[in-house]
Amino acid sequence: MPPNPTYAKDINYDDSFELDCMLTENEFRKTIIEMLRRAATTLPKDVINALKISKRREGNKIARLQFDCMLKNLKLARKLGAPICQDTGTFTFFIELGSELELDFDIRQTLSEVIGQATRVIPLRPNLVDPLTRKNTGTNMGEGQPVLHLEPMRGKRLRIDLLVKGAGAENCSRLFMLKPTAGEEAVKRAVLLTVEEAGGQPCPPTIVGVGIGGSTEVACLLAKKALLRPLSSKNPDKKLARMERELTDAANGLGIGPMGLGGRTTVLGVHIAKATCHTASLPVAVNLQCWAARRASARLVGDKLRVEVPR
Amino acid sequence: MTKLIELRPPLNDKKIKQLKAGDTVSVSGTVVTARDKAYVRALTLLRSGKKLPIDLHGGIVYHCGPLAKKTARGLKIASAGPTTSVRLDSMQVEFVKRTGVGALVGKSGVNEDVARELARLDCVYLAFTGGAGVLAAQAIQRVKKVFWRDLGPAEALWVLNVKKFGPLVVAVDTKGNNLYQR
Repeated sequence: MPPNPTYAKDINYDDSFELDCMLTENEFRKTIIEMLRRAATTLPKDVINALKISKRREGNKIARLQFDCMLKNLKLARKLGAPICQDTGTFTFFIELGSELELDFDIRQTLSEVIGQATRVIPLRPNLVDPLTRKNTGTNMGEGQPVLHLEPMRGKRLRIDLLVKGAGAENCSRLFMLKPTAGEEAVKRAVLLTVEEAGGQPCPPTIVGVGIGGSTEVACLLAKKALLRPLSSKNPDKKLARMERELTDAANGLGIGPMGLGGRTTVLGVHIAKATCHTASLPVAVNLQCWAARRASARLVGDKLRVEVPR
Repeated sequence: MTKLIELRPPLNDKKIKQLKAGDTVSVSGTVVTARDKAYVRALTLLRSGKKLPIDLHGGIVYHCGPLAKKTARGLKIASAGPTTSVRLDSMQVEFVKRTGVGALVGKSGVNEDVARELARLDCVYLAFTGGAGVLAAQAIQRVKKVFWRDLGPAEALWVLNVKKFGPLVVAVDTKGNNLYQR
């Protein structure tokens, strides 16, 4: 949207606070389509490194062949600008929005329109259907899509995280309402049960997002949001960091292996997040992300939105 | 990479029976995609004595919903990795029985009881790396035909001409060996 001309004339351009905090719709659209394109065609460095390291650990020929195919596919996708996986997934946006930031457009509607455009130009596979009639909308636009989690922040901050998930991995997600006194061991059993039952279906090696506590929907949200954390990062909570290490080892001991064909690598990592909850509840949600763990991040620097991941 | 056994459909029983779990193969020739909705429609037609738009006897069915790009020379496949086969488990045995398919290509395999039935029907299951959509697309030379477009692009029956599509791992063979069984 062009700025209102009469308003623009009145602004003192040298020290205009308003101008600094203005994000144009055009800039936003450009950034979102770039995020969608990069996420579909390139994986973040931390994921690629984890795949390479895992391949070296595999002794079995078939497991190594799966990693070879994954890594070769990533090279081809990047070179050709083609989507890594034909299941270009659904889109979940996590946006931290500063209250001093002025936006003269509707974020939700703009996101939806840009996805429609990206579907035509990248292209993306039209994946969205009516849940009951199963009729495809044909545009990746539809009621309640994309999923948007808006987090209000102070100041002029704007950070956008995009998570892309295919159905193979999303279908294996679980919510457990455990007994409140069941304890850490029960939480771990729930996570391992989810990984074990999923077998090869979520395209292992997966990233396992775990949300503990909160409420039903908070646990699910924490589990999903945990998938945004880079594999190279460490959980700042010492107890959760220990649980993550123990669960990673236990999951890899299941022998499911890459694509379920057997091997030492069933997960690339386990990421846990928690929230306080009711004394009588212990919700635990587990969300799996496939090895093609697609995500993108952008941040507002000055009046420019910069896509920082993947490079 | 080890040398791949080359398969050219239609496959005969002798060729299929020679394949052992753990072998790596590639496919050249015609491959037909089918998944959830196409399975339902195919079974509905076959049960009422009607024919499918393409003969699948000895053929290779690929569990896949490709992503195609429109170009001046027609549709070009951009990404076409496998989808989760186990979703089709409740229809799998009847589908293979009624169509005479010689090999299924997908990811994540089939449940143990289905694997046993497939072995009995002389049908092998070949695994392709999930998510490796561009690698698969590189092997697809041409879209020969698209049937049942009304099911949506991911669910339609795509008839594809492929060359050296692979590496595919024989995950379920006709002796009943199943790599997914731990």
